[in-house]
Amino acid sequence: MTLKLGVPSKGRLMEKTFDWFAERGISIARTGSEREYSGAVEGVEGIELMLLSAGEIPRELASGRIHLGVTGSDLVQERIADWEHRVLALEPMGFGYADLIIAVPRCWADVDTLDDLDAAAAAFRAAHGHRLRIATKYHRLVRVFLRDAGVADYQLVDSQGATEGTVKNLTAEAIADITSTGETLRANHLKILSDGLIHRSQATLFKSRSAEYSDADRVNLRELLDRLGLGR
Amino acid sequence: MQDKGRILAQAERLHVFFRGAGAEPVQTAILQPAETLLDLYGEDIRARAYVTSDALRGEQMLRPDFTVPVVQMHMDSAADPARYTYCGEVFRRQERDPARPNEYIQVGYELFGGESPAEADAEVFALFSEALSPLDLRAATGDIGLILAAVDGLSTTDKRKAALRRHVWRPRRFRALLERFAGRTPVPESRKRLLAEIETHGVEAVLNAAAPEIGLRSRADVAYRLYALVQDAAEPPVSTGETELLEDLLSIRETSVHALAHLRDIAVDLKTIGPAVDRMQARLDALAGQGIDVDLLDFEASYGRTTMEYYDGFVFGFYAEGQPGLPPVATGGRYDALTRILGRGREVPAVGGVVRPELVLSLTEALA
Repeated sequence: MTLKLGVPSKGRLMEKTFDWFAERGISIARTGSEREYSGAVEGVEGIELMLLSAGEIPRELASGRIHLGVTGSDLVQERIADWEHRVLALEPMGFGYADLIIAVPRCWADVDTLDDLDAAAAAFRAAHGHRLRIATKYHRLVRVFLRDAGVADYQLVDSQGATEGTVKNLTAEAIADITSTGETLRANHLKILSDGLIHRSQATLFKSRSAEYSDADRVNLRELLDRLGLGR
Repeated sequence: MQDKGRILAQAERLHVFFRGAGAEPVQTAILQPAETLLDLYGEDIRARAYVTSDALRGEQMLRPDFTVPVVQMHMDSAADPARYTYCGEVFRRQERDPARPNEYIQVGYELFGGESPAEADAEVFALFSEALSPLDLRAATGDIGLILAAVDGLSTTDKRKAALRRHVWRPRRFRALLERFAGRTPVPESRKRLLAEIETHGVEAVLNAAAPEIGLRSRADVAYRLYALVQDAAEPPVSTGETELLEDLLSIRETSVHALAHLRDIAVDLKTIGPAVDRMQARLDALAGQGIDVDLLDFEASYGRTTMEYYDGFVFGFYAEGQPGLPPVATGGRYDALTRILGRGREVPAVGGVVRPELVLSLTEALA
């Protein structure tokens, strides 16, 4: 048995993950051609690298098919029900920052808080005959956030891309999406609610609670965590 | 794991019991149009119900309960009063506790119409009480109608009352609103700034500054609420006396007879709850007539506020003592408002409840 470490298979997230491990004396790198999704770990014994899409890593962690994985905390919280019991966040890695926020049209001069959003949703439903639509791909996180805040009379509509454009296209009245600088929001005449921060996400090293660990795996895991400065 | 056959036998026993009480057995489809349920319950239903779809009918839900289809069925009938019973699976998504079943049987009894709501409430409660009597369960009761009547009695604007009424079923939000209307929480800075800008430059200028207009929520919608905010800011707070009366009412938790006396005291100052208190009195009399010992019956004014069942009057539940982790064995209540929404202009008084035979079975076996 080997410990399986899942890391994002492309882009800046992959490079920064490699850098993060390298700074801690563990070299991970792609092997083979550019197109081949395999890699190697050097510096600690018994670890197998799995290059995966960042979006698949939560599922693989939850099912226990990988022992460790690097992905955004937003994806873990959105995609794994009861995530606290199924994975353990070992360490925030200090990159891949993104805020999941609620934004509304800037022309809504009367709306600045969730409280306003709730009141506006009630009036909107009465005037327009349907619930105020919020476009998002983060259904669970948004729903839980709005339920805890006591916001009613809204509905979520699925948007897997170009979410900022949905308001102008009249397919939603507001959005809940990831933003890093807010530039795209401004360009689309949207503003963030002052208490509308749902989750502050960053790349995080997670450990699966449901994967099987042999005695050798435990030894190797301890060695790895010590090297990463996460031994406890 | 319990034997499904024995659960079904228990379900059939309860179903026969309700038929014996004069209820007509009815069935409903397992797949329900998602739109009706979503419109009624909002996004929360998605966290609870399995959603599926096909290209022809669009989104469908595996029925999360029987209430909506049974109400829809009754609204097409002229029977008055009408008693129905049903027995079948309901489906609930579980996002937190994998030990909770996502599919279980409900046996229900629903009573529509009739002369006296108090008698109807008592009939339904007494039936469930009798069906469950060997199990020695604790009964919880409440009355959402009292809270709605108390909100109506506040000396404040209709808009504020409507806002409170809308959040009766979200206790935390309700509390936050009440605190704000009572002037106990400070006005947020952004609201103060907005009001100052409107006062200096006027609503039109504030709207112009926020341009361009995008989306379906129009400039008129925004203007309407801006004017409403200005109006609301000029309103005096809900008085300390009234706020405390409402809080006193919400915190009542004692036996029904004591609760009634307590509510009579509150009604001296909050007169609008008078009729609701009279109804509670009539219900207690009717319950006593059905052989329920009302001296021992618990009453909790805030009971039933966090369920999604749309109850707006009498509410009840039966719980196994000493097993706080166990869901209620049976729950029910009055849902007149639901018939108004689903009845397209018609409204019928309605009260009913459901019992979970698998819980009855496991408690019965624990007794043996």
